[in-house]
Amino acid sequence: MNSPASSGSLRVRLSAWLIGGAAVLGLILFFAVRSYATDVAQKGQDQILAAAAASILDAARLTDGTVDLDMPYAAFSMLNTSSDDRVFYAIRQDGTFLSGYADLPDQASRFETVAYNGANVRSVFAERRLIGVNGPSVVSITLAQTQDGLSETLSQISRNAALLGLGFFVLAAGLSYWVTSWTVGQLSRLTASVTRRGPADLSPFERPVPAEMLPLVGSLNSLMGRLDGSLQRSEDFIAEAAHRVRTPLATVRSYAEVTLQRVDKEENRSAMRSMIRAIDESSRAAGQLLDHAMIAFRADHLTRDPLDLVDLVKEQVMRLTPVADMKDIDLSLFGDDQVPYSGDPILIQNAVRNLIDNALKYSPAERTVTITVASKPTPNIEVCDQGPGIAESELQTVSGRFARGKNAIGTVGSGLGLTIVGDVAMAHGGQLTLSNRPQGGLCARLSL
Amino acid sequence: MKFLLVEDNPDLAQAICSRMSLAGHVIDHAANLDETQAFVETGEYDLILLDIMLPDGDGRSFLKRHRASDLDTPVIVLTARSEISDRIDSLDLGADDYITKPFDHAELEARCRAVLRRKFGKAQTTIMVGDVTFDPVSGHVSVGDKAVTLRNRELRLLELFLNAPGQIFSKQKLTDRLFSYDDTVSENAIEVYVGRLRKHLGASSLKITTLRGMGYRLDHHE
Repeated sequence: MNSPASSGSLRVRLSAWLIGGAAVLGLILFFAVRSYATDVAQKGQDQILAAAAASILDAARLTDGTVDLDMPYAAFSMLNTSSDDRVFYAIRQDGTFLSGYADLPDQASRFETVAYNGANVRSVFAERRLIGVNGPSVVSITLAQTQDGLSETLSQISRNAALLGLGFFVLAAGLSYWVTSWTVGQLSRLTASVTRRGPADLSPFERPVPAEMLPLVGSLNSLMGRLDGSLQRSEDFIAEAAHRVRTPLATVRSYAEVTLQRVDKEENRSAMRSMIRAIDESSRAAGQLLDHAMIAFRADHLTRDPLDLVDLVKEQVMRLTPVADMKDIDLSLFGDDQVPYSGDPILIQNAVRNLIDNALKYSPAERTVTITVASKPTPNIEVCDQGPGIAESELQTVSGRFARGKNAIGTVGSGLGLTIVGDVAMAHGGQLTLSNRPQGGLCARLSL
Repeated sequence: MKFLLVEDNPDLAQAICSRMSLAGHVIDHAANLDETQAFVETGEYDLILLDIMLPDGDGRSFLKRHRASDLDTPVIVLTARSEISDRIDSLDLGADDYITKPFDHAELEARCRAVLRRKFGKAQTTIMVGDVTFDPVSGHVSVGDKAVTLRNRELRLLELFLNAPGQIFSKQKLTDRLFSYDDTVSENAIEVYVGRLRKHLGASSLKITTLRGMGYRLDHHE
């Protein structure tokens, strides 16, 4: 049987997509949490800076046109952090530097992050208009703080966010693996129950399946139904065809026999004999073609039932004894008392019948055909006649389809008998061996 | 022997009937299951030859009924199907044997004898000519009080002669009855068998006479 091409594994693909998706979602979660946290932390620092700047400016007084400013302690204590961030400031009056770090740059916007003194600082800019006797004056402050505390907080949050993302990923991956296995498992169970069926079991599936698989099972059941119907039809057709062909043949043959006994003229008699032979030939060929087709089918779907080869062979011997008697040939059965084997009884029966049938055809009258059933080395059935045997050169070829030995000329046969035996042997993992006996005659051994 | 043939094809039925009567048997013919039932109830038969495919039902249902009744008439199934498939059902349903169409009548007779031998051991009627007694079923032959053992072909040759004492059989006719049509036999082979039979009958009142150019005849001397 040819297996259909695979378009990749559903399990792998489903797992890859689900786990990949979980990874992407985990990363997104990590970045989102981190950026939100950064934002919140930055805003916190900014508010503290703004409050500190406002409280410093609040302390400024304008006395005689000069700014008088007492740095409030609270402003700096507000800016205390656990990682001892450094604070820089520059106070200017109308753009003129008054106090602090002169090189701290002025800035246009309220909050800025700039590099200063070899570190990143966050700075706030605020100004206040003071009204004095000599007119108004603007006091401005640039207050900057290093971000060591902030980045420590941030890295802690990042770590936690990463752990959260990773945990989320592991959980999602585990879930997707479980879901994939369960889904694919449903398919595998369906497959297993199809595979477990015997060759003749074409009944529909009854077991409940997930809703998504209902269409598949539905189509499978309808296919089974059609297959069953067409097998039934073709079996009926073959039976009917065989009946239609063989019944008139039987009529012709019976009349030919009657006529043969009534006529005396030798040429009429020999015509009748040829006619009977032709009928036998055609009915035998038809029968063996049907058998061969049936055997090919059964061999493809081999069922193994426990059986006793000795019983099976005994039954065939009994059935063929009347035919052997007609030729005064004795059938004798030797070998073990019991040879248990597990195989297709119908196939093996057919093979044994063909072997004995062949031996009877080629054995001379008043001789013995020996049938031996043995369990060693492998279970085997050997049928030996005392006929002419087969030329050594033909031993290999004679079991081919429609092949017949040179000795077979003048004997009715289809050339399919040994092919059938060979096929049966092969289906059971055995073989058919032909050999000539030293004392004359052919031995056919069916090893199973 | 007395047969009941159950066969729906009239041509085949007639052909089988003429062939059987030619061989010296009595045969009744039923074309369907109803007729069969009537024949079985009124007549006594040695054997029933049963076709499986019948117009008013399956022959197998008859077989089942027949086995359930207390009649033990043996049944041989005539099948047109392949050996394998029919073997299973007909033997399981209680047929004593089966034969596939088209069949050799000699084989059919051999099978009938084998079935009767298995079932009853001997024939209900033996043939007696002179001091020779012959049981066609068991194959027992006795000359006077002495039992003689004959091989199958010798038995059938003897049966031919015993069924028609005084009739002339040509060598060719005897050959056709004794050998199957696919055997290649010389015409002289029959001489061997006639010779052996003469030896077996040596002490009896029966004698096989050779008629030059015509064949053989069984003569009965008082």
